[in-house]
Amino acid sequence: MATTLPSADVPVALPRRPRRWTLRRIARKAGFAFAVAVIVSPAILVFLWMLSLSLKNELDNSSYPPIFIPSQPTFANFLHVFADNSMGLYFLNSLIVSGGATLVALAVGIPAGYGIARLQAHRTTVLVLIARMTPALSFLIPLFTVFQYLGLNNTLTALVITHLVITVPIVVYIMAGYFETLPRELEEAALIDGGSVLATFRYVALPLARPGVVVGTILAFIFSWNNFVFGAVLAGRATRTLPAAVYNVLTFEQLAWGPLAAAAIVVTLPVLLLTIFIQKEIVAGLTAGGLKGG
Amino acid sequence: MATLASPAPRSGSAAFFRRRQRALRLMTVPALVVIAAVIVFPWLFTVYMSAFDWKIGTVAHFVGLDNYVGLAKNQRFLEAIVHTFYFTALAVVVPLILGTIAALLFHREFRGRGVLRAIFTMPMMATPVAVALVWTMMFHPQQGVLNYLLTSVGLPPSLWVYSPTFVIPSLVMVEVWHWTPLVMLIVLGGLASLPTEPYESARLDGATEWQLFRHITFPLVLPFLMVAAVIRTIDAVKAFDTIYVISQGGPGTASETINLYLYLQAFAFYNIGNASAVVVVFFAIILALALLLLHVRQRTKWSG
Repeated sequence: MATTLPSADVPVALPRRPRRWTLRRIARKAGFAFAVAVIVSPAILVFLWMLSLSLKNELDNSSYPPIFIPSQPTFANFLHVFADNSMGLYFLNSLIVSGGATLVALAVGIPAGYGIARLQAHRTTVLVLIARMTPALSFLIPLFTVFQYLGLNNTLTALVITHLVITVPIVVYIMAGYFETLPRELEEAALIDGGSVLATFRYVALPLARPGVVVGTILAFIFSWNNFVFGAVLAGRATRTLPAAVYNVLTFEQLAWGPLAAAAIVVTLPVLLLTIFIQKEIVAGLTAGGLKGG
Repeated sequence: MATLASPAPRSGSAAFFRRRQRALRLMTVPALVVIAAVIVFPWLFTVYMSAFDWKIGTVAHFVGLDNYVGLAKNQRFLEAIVHTFYFTALAVVVPLILGTIAALLFHREFRGRGVLRAIFTMPMMATPVAVALVWTMMFHPQQGVLNYLLTSVGLPPSLWVYSPTFVIPSLVMVEVWHWTPLVMLIVLGGLASLPTEPYESARLDGATEWQLFRHITFPLVLPFLMVAAVIRTIDAVKAFDTIYVISQGGPGTASETINLYLYLQAFAFYNIGNASAVVVVFFAIILALALLLLHVRQRTKWSG
């Protein structure tokens, strides 16, 4: 709220009256609060409705007018999706696929990000933008054909490989950007003292880049976790990832709203929890591709 | 291709410098191999396959540009392009407007701002399929909560995604809910970087709030809005998950966008040759839109 004072050579012409609770001011405050409420409520209401559906029994869920507060809150829907729709297995599949694709991306992406930053090869990040512009389905057609040929369709390996499309560009992009911000003096000193480039990277740059690694890891994991279409096309019954499995709950249980909502929560809750750690960096991740503001 | 702009090393040893460059380049090799395998190879393969008539399980025939000629005459594909542009235009403009309003609100300081902003940005990271499921239930014409809300304020109920007229606007609603936060955060970043001097002098001259916005805030934030527009356009053109889950391109083909058409060609009919041609055309459209917007953005850039 610190209003900067006008500089000395400008005549101070601000005889501000002490603020009073006039009617006008109250009306303005109320209007502002109302505007904030209107803009925030869709976000919160959809999530609350999702929670409400997941905690109600089918009787409550199928009543009209809708019941908002469950008459008898129940966890039966969650138990149902884990017991009857093998959500546990699909959760594990998603962990393996997203975890695996993220680990590979870190292994190849962190050194590459360092190389790009220190070679100042900024043009390579254009590739990230182009990769982002390419529709995911267009990667899928050739990879599907190759996996078919290799007999890899319906395997988790195929899914991990495909998810590299998502995780590698984002890790390279985030790491190149992060290494750019690190001071070079320490590394140069280490190099002059006879350290190899690899040793300098390993013992000087990498420890300093830990925050960047955390952000890259979480973003890559989230984007991979949220991906639906790769799992929907490439996975077999036992190798589905969570989003693909949840979609199947929809097609087979058209009107079982409780289990559907419970399944939706199981998919998205881990992501929402992860985002809490990287609130600020999310924008950088979602706008990845060299489109820095301004 | 990479040129080094930093000063030459003091040790003066060119060999040392070359060794360092080579080591750095070697470090990028594993990532380049992966990118070549999962990104560059699919591009080349797609362009190559688009010249063949090939369904999985049959022998491929070279047909040259026939797939493209076929697409140009394909009524369903041309309609899909129209649906895509309609969907994209709405799904870019509405979040830009709402996101700017939200950013102006969150730019002020008020109690609970941090918490409310965090809640407001939650939709952005939520898994699209999960979001789509919840909206599918909300759109339900008989038991959906949206029709309940409409009728309880005296409006007639809507068929939402079951009506050919309303299906695209309804799907845009989901898209707006999902992605307005991203626009808000980009614009908020812009607002935070604005200089304060112009406001002070304009206030001294007695400018109204609207004049401040129209003549100072808006022009200064425009470059950020353009960034948001580019990103939103790329994402909206490619929208798939929510449309596929909520309407499957229906009713009929009323909400079939290029991406949905592509999916059917590739993974319902296994018509790989034709689908590859769709991909090439689709990518050309995305590229053209992005270049157009980047061009406009370049012209709105302020120097300073």
